Amino acid sequence: MQIMSNFLEIRNLTIWFGGLSAVDDVSFDVKEGMIFSIIGPNGAGKTTLFNLISGIYQPKKGSVTFLGKRIDGLQPHQICKLGIARTFQNIELFSRMTVMDNIMLGRHNHMKTGLIGGAFMWGKGSSAAREEILNRMAAEKIIEFLELQSVRNYFVGDLPYGKQKLIELARALALEPRLLLLDEPSAGMNNEEKQDLVFWIKDIQKEFNITIIMIEHDMKMVMDISDRLMAINFGQKLTEGLPDEVAGHREVMKAYLGEDDIAQP
Amino acid sequence: MDMKRSYYEDIQLLDSGTKKFWFGSLIIILLIIPFLIPGYYLHEVSYISINIIVAIGLNILVGYTGQVSLGHAGFFAIGAYAATLLVKHLPFFPFIFALIIAGLIAAAFGFILGLPSLRLEGPYLAIATLGFGMAIIQILGRFSVFGGRMGLSVPDIGFLNDLLYDSGLFTKTQSRDVNLYYIIMSITIIMALMARNLMKTRIGRAFIAIRDSDIAANSMGINLTKYKTLSFAVSAFYTGLAGGLYAFWMGFINPDSFDFILSILFLAMVVVGGLGSNIGPVLGAIIISFLNLNLQADSISAIPLLGDLLTVITENWMNKGGIASVSIIIFGLILIFIVLFEPLGLFGFWIRIKKYWKTWPF
Repeated sequence: MQIMSNFLEIRNLTIWFGGLSAVDDVSFDVKEGMIFSIIGPNGAGKTTLFNLISGIYQPKKGSVTFLGKRIDGLQPHQICKLGIARTFQNIELFSRMTVMDNIMLGRHNHMKTGLIGGAFMWGKGSSAAREEILNRMAAEKIIEFLELQSVRNYFVGDLPYGKQKLIELARALALEPRLLLLDEPSAGMNNEEKQDLVFWIKDIQKEFNITIIMIEHDMKMVMDISDRLMAINFGQKLTEGLPDEVAGHREVMKAYLGEDDIAQP
Repeated sequence: MDMKRSYYEDIQLLDSGTKKFWFGSLIIILLIIPFLIPGYYLHEVSYISINIIVAIGLNILVGYTGQVSLGHAGFFAIGAYAATLLVKHLPFFPFIFALIIAGLIAAAFGFILGLPSLRLEGPYLAIATLGFGMAIIQILGRFSVFGGRMGLSVPDIGFLNDLLYDSGLFTKTQSRDVNLYYIIMSITIIMALMARNLMKTRIGRAFIAIRDSDIAANSMGINLTKYKTLSFAVSAFYTGLAGGLYAFWMGFINPDSFDFILSILFLAMVVVGGLGSNIGPVLGAIIISFLNLNLQADSISAIPLLGDLLTVITENWMNKGGIASVSIIIFGLILIFIVLFEPLGLFGFWIRIKKYWKTWPF
């Protein structure tokens, strides 16, 4: 028996669509409590990697092990119940629900009310109403944490892009996950919002004890908060290591800047 | 303005004094209606009320969960036959249990029909459910236990009949109508409030989440298989129970009463009323069943403003079939106009009226 198995172990993960291999033999480990960032040019396979971890795609080869349990092959809702939450690159909110209801949806599996209990939600004392109120209080804490009070009863579809990104984060936090997958959390945010976001992500790591894997294009933010960094291109892992090591890596610079722009040593 | 002070107020049914007043007034009006309007119209109100239950149920599926169904006449038929057979063969069986069992049987069929919805979307699901609705009436028409093509007569549920007759206020026929009216109306109110409650809980939110983004819902821990089939089952329960009430209301059922046009009428109620709102399907059911009842071929002349003109046109230019179709043409035009000018349906009108009164006289 392994004494200290990794929090999340990805081994030889591979998927291809038609002839195109989107993720090709990628392996890495994430330790509990760290912020692990993934960088790479557009189309490198970063989001596909998230879709593989969260169960939206099934890998053709390789394995995903979370807390010592194989999770590849499970359905997204089963993986979610094990404690992995995610946000989406192209916002997947419930646009005709209010901010509060979106966050409450994240608390779905913390609640039990069934059909009959729900239909008989008469009065404050009914079990359905009591459970609802308790969970609304939990949701309110997240609203306060991310400073969403001013929009709590707005329909999500009516809010600006930057706010919507934040609500995705709030909804994921409402799940009370152990591992959080953030897909370009700062996209569409201005500098001020990005600064807030950096603080929040650090708080989520430290105070909520949530391990984070983040895909992000803003290199300043990535260098600022990541404990470990991985670069991928064309579905393949280029390198992995401490942020400074990776950012200075030759292959990474080549992927971002192109071959000709790097001065020959 | 939002002036809520507790979380309970977010989910409370009547969260303001005004709402309490209007809800109370509505209940009182509904209670005294039988004393105010003649028997025939009371019978009509009961029919509208049955359709409200169907519209609320169908709205859970179409408006909230975003799954289309063109087969709800099938559930309506299942409910009607189940309730009829139960009451017919078990004379001492209380009608209210017969209704609930009819709803549950329809819900079981709804669950089965919900299974393909995991793979089919939009037009494909529409066709699959349409097939279900059409198959059901063929099956019902072929078994002698269901009365075949001739149909079945439905026993009277004389719940309050004697009491009403003995009060001396109603004749024998009237008391049958009044009795049915009270039964149907109370069940409608209870079913409407239950649907509203359910949509405020985690189950309702899961339905809406599936409608808005099933990928996100799945990633947030919603089991799509469970909740899509559950939505079909709940929707079918409402429709089946309403079907049972329809059987008692009509006193006679045969397969032809449940053809696919009825499914389309049900869907029209929800769309015209306003998808995914609580009040929309109620308004939609009222207007569509009212038009459906009152735009019959023999009542063309009674149509306001255009009645005489239409009578002249139909008598001079049309054959007998054409005369009957005029009502359907008008019906169609009204539907087109509502959907064209108010995409939110009657619910949109409702919001505008509410806004107008709130800000009146400005």
